[in-house]
Amino acid sequence: MYTARANRLTPYMFMAPAAVIMAIALLYPLGYMVWGSFRDWNPSQTIGEAEFVGLKNYITLFYDPAFRESLGVTLTFASVVVVAEMVIGVGLALLLDRNIRGMSVLRTLFILPMMIAPVVVGLMWRYMYHPTVGTFNRTLESLGLPKVDWLGDHALMSVIIADIWQWTPFIFILALAALQSLPRSALEAARIDGATAWQQIVHIKIPLMMPVLIVTALLRLIDAFKVLEVILVMTEGGPGLSTEILALRISRTATEFRELGVAAAMSNYLLMLLLILTVGMFAVTKLQEARAARLARQVQEDT
Amino acid sequence: MPEIRLENLVKRYGNVQVLHGIDLAMAENEFTVLVGPSGCGKSTTLRMVAGLENVSEGEIYVDGTPISHLDPKDRGLAMVFQDYALYPHMDVARNISFALRLQKRPKAEIEAKVREVADIVGLTEFLHRKPGALSGGQRQRVAMARALAKDSGIFLFDEPLSNLDAKLRGQMRAELAIMRQRVQKNMIYVTHDQIEAMTLADRIVVMHGGYIQQQGTPEELFKRPANKFVAGFLGSPPMNFLDADLQDQGGTLHAVGQGFSIALPASKAQALGRTAGAVTLGIRPSDLNFDPGAPDAAAFDLKVQVSEYIGAQSVLVCQTGGAQVTVELKSETPIALGETLRFAVRPEGLHLFDRATEAAL
Repeated sequence: MYTARANRLTPYMFMAPAAVIMAIALLYPLGYMVWGSFRDWNPSQTIGEAEFVGLKNYITLFYDPAFRESLGVTLTFASVVVVAEMVIGVGLALLLDRNIRGMSVLRTLFILPMMIAPVVVGLMWRYMYHPTVGTFNRTLESLGLPKVDWLGDHALMSVIIADIWQWTPFIFILALAALQSLPRSALEAARIDGATAWQQIVHIKIPLMMPVLIVTALLRLIDAFKVLEVILVMTEGGPGLSTEILALRISRTATEFRELGVAAAMSNYLLMLLLILTVGMFAVTKLQEARAARLARQVQEDT
Repeated sequence: MPEIRLENLVKRYGNVQVLHGIDLAMAENEFTVLVGPSGCGKSTTLRMVAGLENVSEGEIYVDGTPISHLDPKDRGLAMVFQDYALYPHMDVARNISFALRLQKRPKAEIEAKVREVADIVGLTEFLHRKPGALSGGQRQRVAMARALAKDSGIFLFDEPLSNLDAKLRGQMRAELAIMRQRVQKNMIYVTHDQIEAMTLADRIVVMHGGYIQQQGTPEELFKRPANKFVAGFLGSPPMNFLDADLQDQGGTLHAVGQGFSIALPASKAQALGRTAGAVTLGIRPSDLNFDPGAPDAAAFDLKVQVSEYIGAQSVLVCQTGGAQVTVELKSETPIALGETLRFAVRPEGLHLFDRATEAAL
């Protein structure tokens, strides 16, 4: 009796250390942030000294045009980069899914941008975008074309280009892995059935890759909402608020405006947004599993 | 429908040559089975006909026209794959109609065609199921229906039954034979299973090591194998091989080995064209019969070690000299294990092969 209960508890005992670390490293700061978001809290105060203001921070933010603009910039940034990265990444994977000499070297080169530290990426692009000495403008100049004010008038576009450069490889390697795990014989059958290369992509490859692509896009979307370093280094959110994504505004609110409560509330808004995406992602995978299980059940009922 | 001809077909992967000049002609509406052990080049040959593998040398002709430079889609053929190769995201009806939809045929025609072939293979009630919701046998039928729907004259099968369990395989084999009578097409069928080859084929092509060993009707190959490999590959249980020497004994040619001296029929001896030398004597298990009164010159004395009861027939595993011999006979024959018994051999069941070249004599 006693041993039976001990046996039942064993797995939980093994899990306990991990659970404790999770609680300290994840739940405690999270709870601290949620608690802080209900207070008018200055960095010079301890959290106990700060005045409790209820939902005031959330309401203020909701009507704050700067916050709304920042949210708009974030949404634009995230949706544009994810769509562009998906199209380019999947396109590259479709092009490079073949046996060419030196392909493994090429693949390694393709994923290099992903391995560079974001701050370095930001610095690199800032120099390339530099109005007078940057590569882009010098090239344009030597071709006799007018210069472009990359980090001025077109700051958001420039930031988007840098992000696409850095993160397309991520989509590319996942899409390539998905492609290479497709059933070869189904593709051969399609060739015999008369599908052109393009029809094979549209009718067979993309539909079969879809489960992986959906999860990849959601992962990338979640990541795109949290981007900070590259933009911080390149534009610091400027000019004006044109590239001030939420993560940047949160950090500025906390450090420059010294409003920890408001920053915490903003973080919670972002957290909620990401939570919705994450739940969406889980829903997609659960749905796929449920469908597979249903199909398997149907076969069993038949036999 | 069309006539297919392979001329000096060679396949190389890098420096490794896997097919050494295959010459083969398949007449109209013929059911040709390429059979051989794994790695013999049969699947490669089929995939070259399909256009899924490049031809290294030689040419494939369909009705006299060379096609080896064409894409698979332009060769006008249908293929059934070993793992069925269904499109998992399409239901049965869409799987079957994929080729027709690519051709942009009218909707009504496509629907009619899908119903027609689904009826042939017995899938009508499953048209809206995805492949994941079908059993192995049903998936196999979908693959068959998809190939049938294409209306092409050439039908290729790449080991279509090898992923099914034994019972289902027998059933599908019979259905294939029936379907084969209904649809007039030129079919090439690859298998490693000699029973499928024997039961389905108009013509069997036995391949080994990248060469064609022999081709002909199942009966020709079974009765007159061209060499030891073909003799041993076709037939179940497989043919027994015993080392023997030719000796003239009192005017009659004998095959003499350890523990036996079998007289060869006069006609066989004459056709042999030699009166001495090392040979391999081949005897099918079914050509041996329990007969205690058989004369020495037409019998083996075998020590019965194991009796494998299969039902109406039993297979005896016996020992003579240093060699193992199997005998197939009716189960009611009274046999005692461990005893040495006398088995008569049917004179027409004697096959002789040159021991060095393994060619039939």
